[in-house]
Amino acid sequence: MGKAHKLVQWDPHNVKEKLLEKYPPKVARKRAKQIMINEAQENTTPEIVANVRTIPGIITMRGCTYAGCKGVIMGPTSDIVNLVHGPIGCSFYAWLTRRNQTDGINDSDSNYLSYCMSTDMQDSDIIFGGEKKLEAAIQEAYDLFHPKAIAVFATCPVGLIGDDIHAVAKKMKEKFGDCNVFAFSCEGYKGVSQSAGHHIANNQVFTHIVGSSETEKNEKYKINLLGEYNIGGDGFEIDRILEKCGITNISTFSGNATYDKFASANQADLSCVMCHRSINYVADMLETKYGIPWIKINFIGAEATAKSLRKIAKYFDDQELIDRVEEVIAEEMPAVKAAIEDVYPRTKGKTAMLFVGGSRAHHYQELFNEMGMKTLSAGYEFGHRDDYEGRHVIPDLKVDADSRNIEEIHVEPDPELYRPRKTDEEIAALEAAGVDFKEYEGLNPMMEEGTIVIDDLNQYEAEKLVELMKPDLFCAGIKEKYSIQKLGVPMKQLHSYDSGGPYAGFQGAINFYQEIDRLVNSKVWSFMKAPWQENPELSATYVWE
Amino acid sequence: MLLRHTPKEISERKALMINPAKTCQPIGAMYAALGIKDCLPHSHGSQGCCAYHRSTLTRHYKEPISAATSSFTEGASVFGGQANLVQAIDNIFTVYEPKVVAVHTTCLSETIGDDLPQIFDKAKKDKKVPEGKTVLGAPTPSYVGSHVTGFSNMVKAMAAMAEQGEQKNGKINLIPGWVEPADMEEIKRLAGLVGAKINMFPDTSGVLDGPLTGKYKMFPDGGTSIEDIKASGGGIGTLALGEWCSADAARLLDTTCKVPCSVIDMPFGLKATDRFIDALRTIAGTSVPDEIAIERGKLVDMVSDMHQYLYGKKVALVGDPDQLIAMTEFLVSIDMSPVHIVTGTPGKKFEKRIKEITADMGREVNVKAAGDMFLLHQWIKNEPVDLIIGNTYCKYIARDEDLPFVRWGFPILDRQGHQHFPTVGYKGGLRLLEQILGVLLDRKDRDDPEEKFELVL
Ligand code: SF4
Ligand code: SF4
Repeated sequence: MGKAHKLVQWDPHNVKEKLLEKYPPKVARKRAKQIMINEAQENTTPEIVANVRTIPGIITMRGCTYAGCKGVIMGPTSDIVNLVHGPIGCSFYAWLTRRNQTDGINDSDSNYLSYCMSTDMQDSDIIFGGEKKLEAAIQEAYDLFHPKAIAVFATCPVGLIGDDIHAVAKKMKEKFGDCNVFAFSCEGYKGVSQSAGHHIANNQVFTHIVGSSETEKNEKYKINLLGEYNIGGDGFEIDRILEKCGITNISTFSGNATYDKFASANQADLSCVMCHRSINYVADMLETKYGIPWIKINFIGAEATAKSLRKIAKYFDDQELIDRVEEVIAEEMPAVKAAIEDVYPRTKGKTAMLFVGGSRAHHYQELFNEMGMKTLSAGYEFGHRDDYEGRHVIPDLKVDADSRNIEEIHVEPDPELYRPRKTDEEIAALEAAGVDFKEYEGLNPMMEEGTIVIDDLNQYEAEKLVELMKPDLFCAGIKEKYSIQKLGVPMKQLHSYDSGGPYAGFQGAINFYQEIDRLVNSKVWSFMKAPWQENPELSATYVWE
Repeated sequence: MLLRHTPKEISERKALMINPAKTCQPIGAMYAALGIKDCLPHSHGSQGCCAYHRSTLTRHYKEPISAATSSFTEGASVFGGQANLVQAIDNIFTVYEPKVVAVHTTCLSETIGDDLPQIFDKAKKDKKVPEGKTVLGAPTPSYVGSHVTGFSNMVKAMAAMAEQGEQKNGKINLIPGWVEPADMEEIKRLAGLVGAKINMFPDTSGVLDGPLTGKYKMFPDGGTSIEDIKASGGGIGTLALGEWCSADAARLLDTTCKVPCSVIDMPFGLKATDRFIDALRTIAGTSVPDEIAIERGKLVDMVSDMHQYLYGKKVALVGDPDQLIAMTEFLVSIDMSPVHIVTGTPGKKFEKRIKEITADMGREVNVKAAGDMFLLHQWIKNEPVDLIIGNTYCKYIARDEDLPFVRWGFPILDRQGHQHFPTVGYKGGLRLLEQILGVLLDRKDRDDPEEKFELVL
């Protein structure tokens, strides 16, 4: 692609100014705090404002709380019937539109993923209340499917008309006896983004399911994998690697999840947190209630995968496992190295921008680094300050009105099931040996000096950024995809991956290198101009044979 | 089997909808508004609805879909969304500079009772709507009707902008209904051939089928200008395609601006296209050129050439009322047998029309308005079909039941072409036939035993 014009040097402060230039003053002031230049400052590190309201009229990438709850967290579970209480749309749009893969393997051979269920509220329900209809719908779902659980999701109007979905759920649960029914107050207007929905979903899963399994898990090296959603089969690849190492993943929250896996999560000996944003509080609760410590891991990037496996092995402190992990890494790495060597000459020096979710804008930089690509600018769609700056800022986080209405549940050690997996001394020793518990340093340290970190990037800023900095690749979601590509810049969806995957683990890394090589080197970007547009002047006469 | 929990025996459901054959009003309003030139659609509610509608339209068109939202928080939901919408209007005109903002409501703003005209007045009083710019709005509560209703409501809001001119402008207002950009283009081409001067709104051609040039235009060149929409009040008449999509707007123009109207079926298939062309030439007082007669003849020719593969084949259909009515008529006219027909949009009139169209088929058909795809699947289990036609979600049924499948309708999330190749008109009929024959004959080639496998079909 004719990128001669690319050598223009840009100054990040200049870029920031340009992004803000056109805004009304109030908007500019607000956005200025969410655009941070990653640079050393006297005595302090730069601060960013995040997890705050989107500005009305500014075209945002964000979705709603319901999307985070029903779509992201509960969406991938195969044997729970998900029933949306509300008018039809909310349920329709969340129907099979995320690429969370599910094998449908569970003890009841159930897979409700391809079903979309709704109470399809009508105006009479809005006026007179929808509880009766919800009750009838739960009954009909039970009669048709006899599932082990029915989850009910509230959409915006439900909260406003005051339907008590929890009371209905409780009543039906008692009536059935053999089907757990529980509800989520995940109305879209709560919170400021999907993030609030993750929280609401996780709290309910923790309250209504975790710890209720009758089956005992006796395998060695039992872990939970928290915040992995099996998009494009990522979770399958991670499970393949874990299995090969002899590590048992008891419960993934919530990729390819089943009711029973959630219910057994209390039996793990370690929680491994993948996406910090969507789930760190569950890791904390599992520790407080059941005594399971947690560490941050990352299976995006071959090196990061190796590092995470070593960290898990170190935690279990068993030479057999440590050796096995090294063997697996040694077996897997040659293919990865060969794939990098193949693409490197073509990807080296290329630049990328990543604006996704609550952890991927961070994790995927690992893969780009491995390919010799530089991240010019990145940010989250619904991250919080700790996802940028690290967990040490958590005590200073301001709780605003929007966060206050998201329920925080308080847990105590379980009288029967609490069992600290390590003594304080063991934890201290492990920490001294480099296993850092409950630690996440955030996105910012990963980014080079002078790069630009932007929270809740919007359509206008995305277009400006691309125009000013001309990256070779832009990563965001489906809504952003085609406006970026119209500019002639390839765009990779990092929420749903467009197509393909997995990109996690070793095989995933190989897939990703090849995919990015394909994108940034596709011939298509050279066809944007017709020959007569390239050379409009009639300087030569036509040459006949 | 991905729909393995769907039982064959049908039980009545009163409260639970499973696998809907409709979605909510605002997405229709958003699609319609994209057919106004230089217009930014705006969703008055919390940001999730807008994100969902944009995502779905983006997946359907593989094109950028710009739309803004009032981003309600809990406070706005309790105290009303006026402040959010006024601020949004200000930000939109400052940052994106559209000529028009077309606002639709959502369940949320409807439930709290926000009044769009009153908020627009406030925005104008506060000088948030710059000189020469237009804000229009349509109420689109999703607990009434379906996405089709939302489309119709937004088109009606456009008609409400019409100004009754001193003089008639000599043009026919043409309201195409919810058809693809390529269909809108084809309707214009046919009208041009007939020699009818038309003023068509909305018009998404040139908006949602854009080229890749290295430039991004938030407001592409296509769309009906707001001036043309206003001028529809001076039209000589309105031809509205589709009772569900277009009739309300046409009748409004009649009452407010005395523009007479006629509501006819969408021109899918032979007979509906015949009526469309005939209506156009009658209103315009022109004669139909040979070119159109030749196109028609080609469609008739293909039907006669391939009739043996179509005759008696049973079809299951799911989609929207106006489209299904025309499609059912087309299938019946080529001696196919549409036996199960479902739309999610309510309206007993739909069931009645389908019954009339299929009356001579010599058998009862299963038809349901306000139905769902779960029911359609159960019908298919009870009486298998040779073909299923509908949106992408049909692929789950098609796979489980091993059925040939033609994608047609909204949304199509897994194939391309619908935005570029029309299915209206005679040429569109040829394309539909090509697709239908393609899947039927592929199936025959797959299933025929070796001794019956044939080179020439
Ligand atoms: S709340 Fe209403 S408008 Fe919004 S997506 Fe749901 S059904 Fe549609
Ligand atoms: S209505 Fe509410 S819950 Fe449904 S999509 Fe819109 S914002 Fe989300």
